[in-house]
Amino acid sequence: MELICPAGTPAAFREAADAGADAVYCGFRDETNARNFPGLNFSREELGEAIAYARRRDTKTFVALNTFMRAGHEELWYQAAADAVRVGADALILADFGLMAHVAETYPEQRLHVSVQASVSNPDAVNFLVEAFGAKRVVLPRTLTIADIARLARQVRCEIEVFAFGGLCVMAEGRCSLSSYATGKSPNMNGVCSPPSHVRYREDGGDLVSELGAYTINRFPREEAAGYPTLCKGRFDIADARGYAFEDPASLDVMGEIDALREAGVCALKIEGRQRGKAYVGEVVATLRKALDARPEDRPALLARLRLLSEGQRTTCGAYEKRWR
Amino acid sequence: MEFPRPLAAPLALLPIPIVEGAVKLMFSSLMKRHPKLFDRLGEHRAKRYAFRPTDLPLVFLVEPARPAITLMRRQANPPADALVEGSLFRLLTLLEGRSDADALFFARSLTVTGDMEAMLALRNALDGSEIDLPRDLGAAAGPFAPLFSRAAAAIRRRALAGENAAWN
Amino acid sequence: MDARKPTLSLGPVLYLWDGPKWRDFYCRIADEAPVSHVVIGETVCSKRLHFTEPFLVDAIDRLESAGKQVILSTLALVTLERESHYVRALVADSPYVVEANDLSALALLEGRAHAVGPLVNVYNAATARLLARRGATSICLPPELPASSIDAIVSQTPGIAFEVLAFGRMPLAISARCAHARAKGHIKDNCQFVCGEDPDGLPVKTLDRQSFLALNGVQTVSFTCQALLTELHELAFQGVQRFRLSPQDCDMVAVARLYEDVMAGRMDAEDALQRLRQAYPAAPLSNGFHHGREGAAWIARARNIAHGAT
Repeated sequence: MELICPAGTPAAFREAADAGADAVYCGFRDETNARNFPGLNFSREELGEAIAYARRRDTKTFVALNTFMRAGHEELWYQAAADAVRVGADALILADFGLMAHVAETYPEQRLHVSVQASVSNPDAVNFLVEAFGAKRVVLPRTLTIADIARLARQVRCEIEVFAFGGLCVMAEGRCSLSSYATGKSPNMNGVCSPPSHVRYREDGGDLVSELGAYTINRFPREEAAGYPTLCKGRFDIADARGYAFEDPASLDVMGEIDALREAGVCALKIEGRQRGKAYVGEVVATLRKALDARPEDRPALLARLRLLSEGQRTTCGAYEKRWR
Repeated sequence: MEFPRPLAAPLALLPIPIVEGAVKLMFSSLMKRHPKLFDRLGEHRAKRYAFRPTDLPLVFLVEPARPAITLMRRQANPPADALVEGSLFRLLTLLEGRSDADALFFARSLTVTGDMEAMLALRNALDGSEIDLPRDLGAAAGPFAPLFSRAAAAIRRRALAGENAAWN
Repeated sequence: MDARKPTLSLGPVLYLWDGPKWRDFYCRIADEAPVSHVVIGETVCSKRLHFTEPFLVDAIDRLESAGKQVILSTLALVTLERESHYVRALVADSPYVVEANDLSALALLEGRAHAVGPLVNVYNAATARLLARRGATSICLPPELPASSIDAIVSQTPGIAFEVLAFGRMPLAISARCAHARAKGHIKDNCQFVCGEDPDGLPVKTLDRQSFLALNGVQTVSFTCQALLTELHELAFQGVQRFRLSPQDCDMVAVARLYEDVMAGRMDAEDALQRLRQAYPAAPLSNGFHHGREGAAWIARARNIAHGAT
């Protein structure tokens, strides 16, 4: 199985390539990708250099253009696709049908991957994108169990990539407007979820209170590990109960299920985290590379280290495990 | 992890203008080596960033637009758009991108207040810059260069020795 | 003014209502509500299908006899084999127009006239035109879209009847996990249909007691209620052909009449807003998405009331 690794900067890109990534995915420094955070991502020149660096190591480069084209401004996405193709991206990761159609028509030779943001969760949907746009690979949403994935894999004619480690979307990806409901900025339209421009932390009686826009998302007593105020990982009141309504601040980690995923027909494991620093990327990629190549019984010790890097310092198997639902 | 005491002590005792002179020298040395350091900031270049080590009675104020660094006595509300607080050691590891800011933050080892977007932009800019303190500061002249060079080397040794795992 | 006079449509009941309540609701809509189209059928959770199935044929008959155009809804999230089978069967057998709410329905409906629901990501005209080529005849745009996007899409996509959500709590997210069941101490596979206890959604408040969201099974909806009333004439002028009312647990006939009165120029939009607040007091109104702001925001349009009056 391939290891697909994130890079938010050229430095992180080199770190990932050096640490044993089979492919590195990244995006341009604008709203054409779903990690449109300040100071992050690549200029055209940086992407060209990164691809050259990757080629020398036999590493592939995937370029994420996985937001939805803003009506009337489609040219920004078309140009990004043209530039990514020009500098030699090995694959474009797309979510918007309009953009998929454009790429399939304009660059028929270009390898097209379906982003998790397209929310393709069943065989009919996968086959639609394969037939309509010649998609070669789909990244499945984090809404499926391993059994679901295995069943789906048997019914489709394209490669399957799944998220194995990192941030966890609780909601079906690409179909969530929680962020824009609170801040006006969304993953689909602006490439940001719970954007830092709307984040505020304040101290209140020894607690750390995190806010997003006008809303309180969480409150951490002094000794408790904190989290970024991502809406779906907030603590809320429902009737008389207080708690994490959707999901605890935890990260996804299904590396313990590597063999099951391989048997299910998964060809690539994706690490989330283009917004994380190069230290994180280096550590996670190196560890998961080792884990992939290690004997099953040696994996737990390797993977235990990574928990400390995770949100809330906890990990979960998420939807891959049926009881999570 | 605290900043090694023998290294921190002189910083706490010396008159500010003297320490500031050394810090400015190192800052300009860093800027010379990494002229594109602040390019990634974009619109956040005009913001002011305060670094307040918890183990020193000082605040470092960085203004990328000028670019300049100033030093002041520790105060509750430094004149900055964004403020990050943590041990000097941790702040320096962040500068190098050798430790993961998110992990430190989740573990409550860092506190960030003010303009989060600006701070995130700076974090990403630093992370993307490949600063190497022993190398970059070894080149700096001045009475405190060896001091900081030593501190930087200590950080590097610990980081590479795998103490990253104890970031929490 | 555009010659095509827009009409009202009724979206599917997103919540789990018990069978008789659900049937009575559609009977009353058939008899009294000034809506041209009615989208009907379970959209949120496949586990709920058996609650309304016994009443579906009767409800459809009643709506059809009343002259309503019936559109069958499909599931928003299709992951299980039985869910795939359900959507396939529905698409294969339906004598009515089917509304696609996920990509599997969209795939299966290729080549025949169909509707596209607000849960399919149509953010630009390139996508809308692609769907039109595949057979879509109407598209209800996602609630997240600002007016500028609606205008650009509608003006560049001829041959599609565009629809905009004008009333109701906004669908914001859907998950494989059931937060609603979780909130009541269950997991999805043994949920005991606790979402049926909250026919208008289960409110989610922040730790500072701010009303924020509402749970509807695996779906999360806004706490606020989308209310585009002062915006109706402008949207109609831009070519939007239908305004969708999403059923809440309130007098939807009264709601539909308010919208009808505003569209026909019989009632001032500001008056209608006051009455809407009385008809549905459970939630504050919002229109932020439409104005390019946070969806929960309410943008008063005092300065724009003059539209058409000066």
